[in-house]
Amino acid sequence: MTDNLKIIERITQQEYKFGFVTDIEQDTFPPGLDEDVIRRLSQIKQEPDWLLLWRLKAYRHWKSLTEPDWAKVMYSPIDYQSISYYSAPKKKKELESLDEVDPELLDTYNKLGIPLEEQKLLSGVAVDAIFDSVSVATTFKDELAKAGIIFCSFSEAVRVHPELIKKYLGSVVPITDNYFAALNSAVFSDGSFCYIPKGVRSPMELSTYFRINASNTGQFERTLIVADEGSYVSYLEGCTAPMRDENQLHAAVVELVALDDAEIKYSTVQNWYPGDKEGKGGIYNFVTKRGACRGINSKISWTQVETGSAITWKYPSVLLQGDHSIGEFYSVALTNNYQQADTGTKMIHIGNDTKSTIISKGISAGKGQQTYRGAVKVMKNAARARNYSQCDSILIGDKCGAHTFPYIDVRNPSAQVEHEATTSSIGEDQLFYCNQRGISAENAVSMIVNGFCKDVFNELPMEFAVEAQKLMEVSLEGSVG
Amino acid sequence: MGDYPSSTLLMCKQSIRKQNQESMIIINNLHAKIDGKSILNGINLTVKPGELHVIMGPNGAGKSTFANVLSGKPGYEITEGSVQYLGKDLLAMSPEVRACEGLFLSFQYPIAIPGVNNMYFLKAAMNAIRKYRGDSELDAMDFLKVIREKLKEVNLDDSFIKRPVNEGFSGGEKKRNEILQMIVLQPTLSILDETDSGLDIDALRTVAEGINNFRNSDRSFILITHYQRMLDYLKPDFIHILLDGKIVKSGDKSLALDLEERGYSWVKDQSSQLPKA
Repeated sequence: MTDNLKIIERITQQEYKFGFVTDIEQDTFPPGLDEDVIRRLSQIKQEPDWLLLWRLKAYRHWKSLTEPDWAKVMYSPIDYQSISYYSAPKKKKELESLDEVDPELLDTYNKLGIPLEEQKLLSGVAVDAIFDSVSVATTFKDELAKAGIIFCSFSEAVRVHPELIKKYLGSVVPITDNYFAALNSAVFSDGSFCYIPKGVRSPMELSTYFRINASNTGQFERTLIVADEGSYVSYLEGCTAPMRDENQLHAAVVELVALDDAEIKYSTVQNWYPGDKEGKGGIYNFVTKRGACRGINSKISWTQVETGSAITWKYPSVLLQGDHSIGEFYSVALTNNYQQADTGTKMIHIGNDTKSTIISKGISAGKGQQTYRGAVKVMKNAARARNYSQCDSILIGDKCGAHTFPYIDVRNPSAQVEHEATTSSIGEDQLFYCNQRGISAENAVSMIVNGFCKDVFNELPMEFAVEAQKLMEVSLEGSVG
Repeated sequence: MGDYPSSTLLMCKQSIRKQNQESMIIINNLHAKIDGKSILNGINLTVKPGELHVIMGPNGAGKSTFANVLSGKPGYEITEGSVQYLGKDLLAMSPEVRACEGLFLSFQYPIAIPGVNNMYFLKAAMNAIRKYRGDSELDAMDFLKVIREKLKEVNLDDSFIKRPVNEGFSGGEKKRNEILQMIVLQPTLSILDETDSGLDIDALRTVAEGINNFRNSDRSFILITHYQRMLDYLKPDFIHILLDGKIVKSGDKSLALDLEERGYSWVKDQSSQLPKA
């Protein structure tokens, strides 16, 4: 092995910074899933009957399904009866304000770099903090309410805004959509809800920060964002989990609805625990994310930076229903050590003059395996649809893999669909070229990778772009080849 | 302080070095293998400050290997010999330390780095070298000033530095980019590996002028080439002919002309008559 290879190895073997466990008393369901568990969950959350029935319907449907095996990922079968479906920090009493949040929890979020005390938030980002199965705090709620924006935990939304939940829940991702979405619909415990009224531009970035803490527990949360006519919101989600030897399941559903002239920008910096160097432990991230551009001129843009999880299975998609609507997908996914990712998007062109853009950048290092899987579908009545897709992969070292599966289904002759794909490797030659100019191998790798990801990082809100760049450096530490 | 804030200081250091040791680089009996195959079989060469040495030789003689071994490219095994560069053991240094010590290789086939613009790359290189030497790093504005001036010298316009490193460059642009990097990074010893190949007459002249303007009594060059034509523009001090990994004949500029006329077979015949060393 040459020196460069050794450096790459060192760069990709960086420790996971967020692997600590919060020692807090929790109410946790015993492992196992049946209708009684769902009833108890619904009861704890004081849900209306219609929601319980909705959950049970989803559960019955889920039982009729088998786990999908088409993704290019390998893992031993998940025992759904060995998972606990609810875990929440013990509440001393009902919370009236942030001052009453358990200091242990505030401390946890501080350690993660997400202070929940509003006065400490500099960048003006409102945060909904989800800890295992429940939302523990939502910041800037009052200030947002002044603009008419509803931003709260999903449970609160069910209680306070049942009409909105009833109208939109499951309207983009129906309970029958897929195996993990059906499971989520049956057992989802909390999440974030956001409604931007007509003509309002959200004065700040909204975000949800997901933290898994309890062991042997799955996290099943639901996010629903509705942007009413002419509104705009930029939303960010972040996620971390402790380092544990066992795999933990995270099966979330995110639904976005954009009405006429509305725009939703949804960014994800996903940094779930990826497992150790030998591939032990790590989060199974099986997520269904979909947005519906329902109105004319509406726009939904997904940006994701995926550096964590042992297994990632996710395809943030856009249904382009409204005429002149726009869907975008910008993705950087990094797999190192034994991580596996099968990720991409679906752009379904339904309305006329709809446009979609897909920019996907995959980075594989160590023994990481990565797949881009994307579908572009132009329906029969969608006139003049346009799509541009670009999927680039970069390989670091010679033990990783990159795979691309584009599905293109065009049923209208006026469509224009373009697909470009490249695969390259950070070769010894590139590294030597940089070295010969005085640049160290570590700096060379981060320069090459950042150059590669630039188109996507440019799409992130500024402070997160910097964050993402740093995250890439950390995740790559130990990987040069 | 003129050109770059510390160039005067650097020149002082260089002239001190010059007093301290006569030679910039002393290559002694250098043997190297790649994949178990011997490519260099005992090269001896001494280059003094200010000199321009030309290495010529047929394909497979070991010219590029020689350049790669001097610059520290991984994959070669040095089996015998030593290289003293500015009084230090060159072979013990990592490639980036060699670069920071002022050794520059103009690549025969420059490598593309997609998404990284030329300006960012060069700035990173320059600052890595400055940092190594204990100089302060240049910010973007200062660097822009430096590079604008240098671009003119190699006849390239500003848009050139915004393009990704060597990506989609023509053969001529790649070679001019190498020379641009050289005059920006200001190395002490430049090894130019077939910098003239693939250039049209105009580009050849531009590149040669870039080298000539950069030459001074402190900077040395080892130029590897197949052809005599670039030598019309440059004033080489010595011509060496490399054959089977050894320098078999050395001379002045006239040797290149002889070679052009008579071909390598002439040298081969002569060297086969030499007693085995």
